[in-house]
Amino acid sequence: MSDYAKPLPKIDALDAPYWEGAKAHELRILKCGNCGHCSADPTRRCMSCGAQALEWTKASGRGKVWSYGVFHKAYFPGFANDVPYNVAIVQLEEGPKLYSNIVAVPNEDIRVDMAVKVHFDDVTDDVTLVKFEPA
Amino acid sequence: MVLGNISTNNRKAAVVGVANSKFGKAPGNDVYDLTLSAFHDALADCGLDKSAIDGIIIHRAPDYQRFCELAGMNPKLIATYPSQGRMSGVAIPLAATAIATGMAETIALVYGNVGRTAGQIYGGENDNYGSGGAGRWFPYGMTSPGAMHAMMFRRHMHQYGTTAEQLGEVAITFRKHASLNPGAVMRQPYDMDEYLGSRFICDPLRLLDYCLINDGAVVMIITSAERAKDLAKPPVHIRGYGEATAFKESTMPPDDYWFAQMETVGQQTHAMAGTTREDMNALMIYDNFTPTVLFSLEGFGYCPHGESGPWVQEGHLALGGRYPANTCGGHLSESYMQGWALNVEAVRQIRGECDQRQVPGAGLIQFLSAAPIVTSIIYGAEPQ
Repeated sequence: MSDYAKPLPKIDALDAPYWEGAKAHELRILKCGNCGHCSADPTRRCMSCGAQALEWTKASGRGKVWSYGVFHKAYFPGFANDVPYNVAIVQLEEGPKLYSNIVAVPNEDIRVDMAVKVHFDDVTDDVTLVKFEPA
Repeated sequence: MVLGNISTNNRKAAVVGVANSKFGKAPGNDVYDLTLSAFHDALADCGLDKSAIDGIIIHRAPDYQRFCELAGMNPKLIATYPSQGRMSGVAIPLAATAIATGMAETIALVYGNVGRTAGQIYGGENDNYGSGGAGRWFPYGMTSPGAMHAMMFRRHMHQYGTTAEQLGEVAITFRKHASLNPGAVMRQPYDMDEYLGSRFICDPLRLLDYCLINDGAVVMIITSAERAKDLAKPPVHIRGYGEATAFKESTMPPDDYWFAQMETVGQQTHAMAGTTREDMNALMIYDNFTPTVLFSLEGFGYCPHGESGPWVQEGHLALGGRYPANTCGGHLSESYMQGWALNVEAVRQIRGECDQRQVPGAGLIQFLSAAPIVTSIIYGAEPQ
């Protein structure tokens, strides 16, 4: 796995629980204990009510494709052999959106609003990426 | 929206001097050479001495202290903005507001960009677009403002049935306009087959849907309408302006293409200007990517939501159409000066300085910019 050439997440104390969850094949989001707002963006305060009451919780892993694009340009050298590759915005049923990839389906068959479920891709010994496949 | 109160102020602002450097790859030396050249040309355009400038607003390029040192001046008002293009529509209203309140009398707005020489590509490891949250998505190959707009357009296609050909109409129209502009970087017209044959960058967007990356500088000089009366060129009045933001959750594209903010800004801008959409003779639309033009037309009410595709196919944006737009070629074909050259084009159109691309009788022109900061400015030949 040491020859993995694509960008890896820069994991810090704030979002370590997210990536630990992914490694354990669990999709985690932040839920506010005060107002219930859910976020996939790691912060210390709830972006809705401002409370310091955020807790990582397990998401259902279900969502839909909000939209997607198919990259024909390799901005990252590690993706050069993958073009054309898709990047989708997946909206989880809990509300938050994530940029991710749709796997197990040709790019031509991806559709806006199609139902998807989480797919864990163990790209290195330490990192698991959160991807999605048709539900 | 407190800005609306300024419409009752009798110290309205007017643009009196404009200038730009040549556009292209390294047309000058460094960014100070470009901006200083445009600054002195803009002074010459209005016939003012630099001693008249008591405010400097700088966007994108030079350090304000070094610029003022090189220009040999001690302005009392200074502002500087981060590099996003949306800031042109923010800086011009700030200048107008400062003049309206007496904070400054005459302000030079200085923009310089050497992105092409610097090899800027707006994507990859150095991409810090938007809120900065986007870096989390590099492992999935996500990067670049273009890809974000590609996804917005894909959703627009899904929601409203908008087609690639309709998007292409925008790009083809603006290139035709550029072909009439001797200062434009890209002047060779193309047809729909050539548009559709251009390579995808991030499908559904093609190369010809993306703005250029060029070096250049643009300067505007703005003063009070009173002071503007006896300068070298006829003043172009800043009749109205408006701003609204969409920062919440802006790591992701907005669900509504910024429609809510555009509706607010459009109403405010026309109310301040004492105009309606129907009064406009031309539009200058921030065109970082072609879909932004469609979203802007819908959000600012030039056509109903979802109907911009068929609407542009009717030819409304072309010279000779109802609302000629981006008559200089815009960011797609003239040069990517992040809104500044579009605002200067509005001024030149109203002055009647646009030769082959002149809109006959251009007396009122609206600048539209859709982004996480939505802005609009209405320029007029006559004061309100």
